[in-house]
Amino acid sequence: MTLEMFVEWAIKMAVIFFLVLTADAYVVLLERRLLGFIQMRLGPNRVGPFGLLQPLADGLKFIFKEDIVPLEADKVLYVLAPMIALVPALMTFSVIPFGDKITLFGREIHFHITSVNVGLLVVFALTSLGVYGVALAGWSSNSKYSLMGGLRSSAQMISYELALTLSVIGPVLFAGSLDLVEIVKYQTDRWFGIIPKWNIFLQPIGFLIFLTAAIAETNRVPFDLPEAETELVAGFHTEYSSMKFAMFFIAEYTNMITASAMASLLYLGGWDGPGVSSFPILGPIYFALKVFFFLFLYIWLRGTLPRFRYDQLMKFGWKFLIPVALANVVFVALLALLLF
Amino acid sequence: MSKVVEYSPTRKLQELAQMKDQVLDHNITVSMGPQHPSTHGVLRLELELDGETIVNAVPDIGYLHTGMEKLMEYKKYQQNIVITDRMDYLNPMGNNLGYVMCVEKLLGITDEIPERAQVIRVMLTELQRIASHMVWLGTHALDIGAMSMFFYCFREREKILNIYEAICGGRMTVSYFRVGGLPYDIPDFVPGMIREFCKEFPKAIDEYKALLAGNTIFQARTKGVGIITPEDAIQWGVTGPSLRGSGVDYDVRRYEPYCGYETYDFEVPVETGCDVWSRFSVRIRELSESLKIVRQALDRLKPGSVKVDSPKIALPEREMMKHQMDALIHHFLLAGLGFEVPPGEAYHAIEGSKGELGYYIVSDGSERPYRVHVRGPSFVNLQALPVMVKGAMIADTVAVIGSLDIVLGEIDR
Repeated sequence: MTLEMFVEWAIKMAVIFFLVLTADAYVVLLERRLLGFIQMRLGPNRVGPFGLLQPLADGLKFIFKEDIVPLEADKVLYVLAPMIALVPALMTFSVIPFGDKITLFGREIHFHITSVNVGLLVVFALTSLGVYGVALAGWSSNSKYSLMGGLRSSAQMISYELALTLSVIGPVLFAGSLDLVEIVKYQTDRWFGIIPKWNIFLQPIGFLIFLTAAIAETNRVPFDLPEAETELVAGFHTEYSSMKFAMFFIAEYTNMITASAMASLLYLGGWDGPGVSSFPILGPIYFALKVFFFLFLYIWLRGTLPRFRYDQLMKFGWKFLIPVALANVVFVALLALLLF
Repeated sequence: MSKVVEYSPTRKLQELAQMKDQVLDHNITVSMGPQHPSTHGVLRLELELDGETIVNAVPDIGYLHTGMEKLMEYKKYQQNIVITDRMDYLNPMGNNLGYVMCVEKLLGITDEIPERAQVIRVMLTELQRIASHMVWLGTHALDIGAMSMFFYCFREREKILNIYEAICGGRMTVSYFRVGGLPYDIPDFVPGMIREFCKEFPKAIDEYKALLAGNTIFQARTKGVGIITPEDAIQWGVTGPSLRGSGVDYDVRRYEPYCGYETYDFEVPVETGCDVWSRFSVRIRELSESLKIVRQALDRLKPGSVKVDSPKIALPEREMMKHQMDALIHHFLLAGLGFEVPPGEAYHAIEGSKGELGYYIVSDGSERPYRVHVRGPSFVNLQALPVMVKGAMIADTVAVIGSLDIVLGEIDR
């Protein structure tokens, strides 16, 4: 390990960390503005041009709010829970590739911090850790509403993890690798020289399952039961205030971005797009556009759909999504057998 | 002689067994409200939960108690109209109407109210029903998680409130009806505004049906939830759309017509599902029916007087006061002393937006009522909530509360 490599890593980590947190802040703003548009109101537009400085104001406000720990709360777990939620959420970006590679200062620079040959597994392992944060937050708050939110959340995330994992077997079978870069590289090929070999074309069912399960996994509408504003008030983070609440908030939006990124990587060819082979710098832009599309979908759904009930959610997960995902695995395996 | 309790191993074992039962009693009690986003104000529910299932629910009311009925005993008859606005603040026109009609009954002038005043009363209360149902639909959808519906509903309600503002200056607390008719006629441009609203509103209804009623999740959340049998509903005194959702065809407008409702052509929607979905469908269908009545009322608007020709009850016209001595005297006496109501008692019910809204007034012959009692539909309908939610899940509670369409201002009064 040379010094140059170390410097490269450090810079990449700093850049990606900064990018992800900024993206979080602006996804929140985007959500508020888009929801405002859907609901015929303005949304925040006072701070800076078009409200662009709103995230900054929000952040400042969070920092200055009083940090409350309930009297009977389990203090250690109470403080630890938001960190457990946030840290793994941010760590996933260490293996997510944003693009291919470019040559800069005579060095080959890859658009990812590191490429692990089990990248997909790393992402899933880290996102599953997030459930501990939520469950512990619900438990340690010493509030019945929080407890119910935490329980709902754990049950939901564990149930939908199965369908999620089953649905990604397809792309893995096609690419023959768990490495995210390899999975994308497989999709950069073309059929007849024109149609991209994106997995969504041959595995539309897998894609839909992945999308549904990912929305449930990130606790978003119509699967936002752990938060269930109108039933549990705010669910597991009812008692949290100040930056601890902000950490849950950031974790949620980071998970949304992760899920969107994974959907793009696995099914929409990641950074693939016209002209990328000759200008690799376009890769991250295409990737960002695809991620943005999924984030938009998230927000659109939130503006449209009502919420499932707890038992309906479980029924949908176990009795519909998982059997379909299993059937899809068989289908994709047969397809892979025929094609390769 | 004091009784000596001997130590007995058997009893000790029994006590231990009891304690074990208590410890293993899994039910938890959750206080839902009074500050909760979906209890529609300050309703508090004491929920006994077994996991997510509701074992028992006890509504706890009184957080908004303002003593309105008592207050009415100290105010003159015409001053009480203002108080009625504040009860069911989503249905002020209906509250005004019920009250003034009850006083008119006591005065024996029910038949003397001019035609134009009757038509305007019907038109405005039906518009009010639509406005009230808009708030219900918005909050009901919001409780179930469909956030945007709320804004689409308030958009339409805003148009009705603008009409009210054009008529009397008030948007929510209108106080427009008077004993003996109306204080003044509606402005000339208002029928045009209402016609415009009648033209646009059907589009909005279609939009709501497409966005919410057509949604599978919404149907799954409402069908078969919060069931109350027709017998139970009648026993608990449920009225209005909540009763008609249980298949009982009862509407005060149809069976005790007032203001000439018997001459209007409208249907009384009835659904037989007994669940949240049926109550939802009844109200959605009522929107079109109310619109039908408003259209008919618009066609019937003929020029004429809007107050009863009785100077002891209705205030004289402003213009007359400047030229006629007796008009000025009547105005002075009415504004200063009020009018006396013959001794007796009367009950008058109208079909409010939430059910049978009844006023019971006892008069001792003075210018102030001896006793006023309001039969608030929200209050009576809320009683049926525990029946509906027993055995349901927490998420169903908010759906059921939404389907009952309660307003805490009316419950606590």
